[in-house]
Amino acid sequence: MSALSDNSASLATPRKPVMARINWVRAAPWLYTIGLFVLWELLVIALDMPPTILPAPTDVFAAIVKYWSPIWKNSVQTLYTTTMGFAIAVVAGLGIGLFIGWSKTIYAGLYPLMIGFNAIPKVALVPILVIWFGIGTVPAVLTAFLISFFPIVVNVATGLATIEPETEDVLRALGARKMDIMLKVGIPRSMPYFFGSLKVAITLAFVGSVVSETVASNYGLGNMMSSAQSQFNVPLVFAGLLMLAFEGIVMYALMAWIEKRMTGWAHRSTMAQ
Amino acid sequence: MSHLVSIDNVDMRYGGAEGTLAVAGLTMRVDKGEFTAVVGPSGCGKSTLMKLVTGLHIPQTGVVVVAGQQVTKPVSIVGMAFQNPTMLPWRTTLENILLPLEIVERHRHRLRANKIEYVEKAENLLEIVGLKGFGSKFPWQLSGGMQQRANLCRALIHEPDLLMLDEPFGALDAFTREELWCVIRDLHAAQGVTIVLVTHDLREAVFLADKIFVMTARPGRILKEHYVPFERPRDLEIMYETRFNDMVHELHGEIAKARVVA
Repeated sequence: MSALSDNSASLATPRKPVMARINWVRAAPWLYTIGLFVLWELLVIALDMPPTILPAPTDVFAAIVKYWSPIWKNSVQTLYTTTMGFAIAVVAGLGIGLFIGWSKTIYAGLYPLMIGFNAIPKVALVPILVIWFGIGTVPAVLTAFLISFFPIVVNVATGLATIEPETEDVLRALGARKMDIMLKVGIPRSMPYFFGSLKVAITLAFVGSVVSETVASNYGLGNMMSSAQSQFNVPLVFAGLLMLAFEGIVMYALMAWIEKRMTGWAHRSTMAQ
Repeated sequence: MSHLVSIDNVDMRYGGAEGTLAVAGLTMRVDKGEFTAVVGPSGCGKSTLMKLVTGLHIPQTGVVVVAGQQVTKPVSIVGMAFQNPTMLPWRTTLENILLPLEIVERHRHRLRANKIEYVEKAENLLEIVGLKGFGSKFPWQLSGGMQQRANLCRALIHEPDLLMLDEPFGALDAFTREELWCVIRDLHAAQGVTIVLVTHDLREAVFLADKIFVMTARPGRILKEHYVPFERPRDLEIMYETRFNDMVHELHGEIAKARVVA
């Protein structure tokens, strides 16, 4: 009886107004992005900016359409070098991270070296890579790798280094070897850190590959933007930036999705409901 | 050969020759099947005692003998449970309880083949501690008291001869704690396991133990050894009797004195 009256009550209520039916949180990313472009367009109109200094978004989108063939080719090239470098960074970062986290001595010995290495601006390494491998794809891949493997290493090593001492005691008292503790506790434990670091690493990988392409390549968005800049084709430079931002967002979202899939137990506050 | 654990004149110093002396001249015996409690002021080396008996630390001087063998490496006939349940969040409760079997030498090679038998044993333990049907839940879906029950199951799954408990009920509320005292009491009665309980709670010690060691402040040694005369099985009601309170009172006085001396 009560169910029936509930039902009729909900039928009787008038449809909610449009503003209340929109899920504002889900719509927010799109609205804010559109808002940014609108603001940018208005600013250009208001200040009467020449397109050689700050092209309006409409000019940039026009450039994307006009130069679609080279933009597409170079975008694919940049995506390729970035993901290659990133893939190597994932493998090497995981390996080095586990190696460093294995023992306190290795951790103490390698950590300062890693920090020193990470402090070197990677753009300074590109000329060396060019001497070794020539210009083109290889230095771009390697730069993407060099810049993105550090956060992976640090995170994996942190995951291993923060095993609760009680857990270790319980297992060691049972006769567990170092390898047992690593396999049963250390590695599963460091996985949320690892997958979390992938989001940071992938965006850094883009920085690395584009820097290398800008300095030493005949392909890729970095190269395309630097030659467009030398021809004062500023809308095309911005078109390249926009493509990079787009690729970055897509790859980041992919990593976030993988993180969620692989380590659901670490996001337990939301899973528990 | 009735002593399961015997510790003779043991010194244990942390951090090299100039480091802190955690225990000095420690001597104690635990008989097979006995329920022993160790109480003392904080920092008296109770946790060091745990690590000495389980073989996680090897003493600089003196001898620790467990089950007739001098301890020189971790002894796998021991189960341990700490105040912090340290369940692994990526494993279900049942998988957490089975973890020791993946480690202990005599079980790890037959675990895969005899999985059903082991799972049955784990389910059985879960039922004893009152967690029947919770094996498939993840530990973070359980309350603190339930996690501590699961922790006890994990400590018992490989049928240890000796169960070492380091303040396992310290972080629980009073009612849950009393419930778990009864769980431990019944486990001890049913399985005949030898238990060493390290605790700050004197009522807990008197309620559960056959024998209570009082330790001095750092460097820890045994100040006094008490036999608890109360007949078993004990009911929670015993805690409101005069003889029970007298004993707690006496222990309290000794520990207060041990603190002043420090």
